[in-house]
Amino acid sequence: MTPLIRDEDRPGHDRRGFLRAAGAFAATVLAPGVTLYAFGAPGDSAAAPGAPASSAKRWGMLIDVSKCGDGCVACVTACKEENGWGESGDPRTGAQWIRKVSIRDPKTGWSADLPLMCQHCADPPCAEVCPTGASFKRADGIVLVDKHICIGCRYCMMACPYKARSFVHEPIDDQKPNAPRGKGTVESCTLCVARVDAGLKPACVDACSAKAGGAMMFGDLNDPGSDIAKAVKAKASAAIRSDLGLDPGVRYQNL
Amino acid sequence: MARARKSLALAAIFVAALTPAFADEAPSPMPTPFIPRGKGDHCVRDNAFMRRYHMVMLKAQRDDTVHEGERGGDFSIKACVTCHAVNGSDGQPVGYSDPKHFCRSCHAYASVSIDCFECHSSKPSLKAKAAEAAPPPDDGDVAALNAYLREARP
Repeated sequence: MTPLIRDEDRPGHDRRGFLRAAGAFAATVLAPGVTLYAFGAPGDSAAAPGAPASSAKRWGMLIDVSKCGDGCVACVTACKEENGWGESGDPRTGAQWIRKVSIRDPKTGWSADLPLMCQHCADPPCAEVCPTGASFKRADGIVLVDKHICIGCRYCMMACPYKARSFVHEPIDDQKPNAPRGKGTVESCTLCVARVDAGLKPACVDACSAKAGGAMMFGDLNDPGSDIAKAVKAKASAAIRSDLGLDPGVRYQNL
Repeated sequence: MARARKSLALAAIFVAALTPAFADEAPSPMPTPFIPRGKGDHCVRDNAFMRRYHMVMLKAQRDDTVHEGERGGDFSIKACVTCHAVNGSDGQPVGYSDPKHFCRSCHAYASVSIDCFECHSSKPSLKAKAAEAAPPPDDGDVAALNAYLREARP
């Protein structure tokens, strides 16, 4: 669905986009009559703080289930700490940006624990059903809720096959400056978007490598030189509910 | 006519009697908001521009930040609450629930309610550094922005 908020409704959007494009276009006069034209920003593969999200990137996460400890909740704790959410005490209304899920094959008895959060789909059903354009996918693949225009209808929560989204039922204060949250809006994992824009990794990934088994890897799936791209190329990985064809940015190995 | 003169005289006496009581007050009877001073020498733009356009600039930058991932603009709500933090009696920055809060003091005066702090933190981040000196505002820049805003928002 086309979002109802059009680009031209946003003040100065087009003009700035044009100026940015003009800035990315460089012409060098090598000699009289010989001009070298270059398009696009150089060094686009590095996370440049302050630069807008680029569609050249696809942020993704790879979770090695065999390294994820049973009962370990380091990632969940780190996410709560970073983004300032916590269970309300009532399981019907508590926020849940990331949770640990235990899976078991009843035939063989094989079992594993894995973290489950927003899978940052390439074709996110939440954005598809959103009536206001509040659910959207950024150019670099991060799926977000623009809480300024979210009306709290919760269609996206019903559309998400991973049950990754929560609704804020109670008034909140003392939010984290990097994670605004408020009553009446839907929220979910943001892939720690403020950290990613600053060139850092999500809090769960840092916590997993520092305090737990290092089961989580974060990086740019589009960059063939990145660790995550090499890892998914070297060994089979799976998307949860791959039958839906949503192409999630979060993938699992040894599942 | 005599009665009018008499009442005029009475009024003059009345005013004269009251004058000393008002002598040490501001000349205007209009109440003014308490505006705490921010950190640093000046805001990201001059005061007149900020008073008139801060909401427009915040809204434009919020769309750029949330949707395009552009960070580091001048008009960030985090920067507002960091530079304009007001300490309470315990020495800690107060939140929007306190009438001394920078945004609240003026918005309560103007009777304009804001929703920003239902989601955003109204206190500076613990890690926030002291405000760094911003570049001095350029009059040409402000004039250009004014012209741009007039054009963008007729």
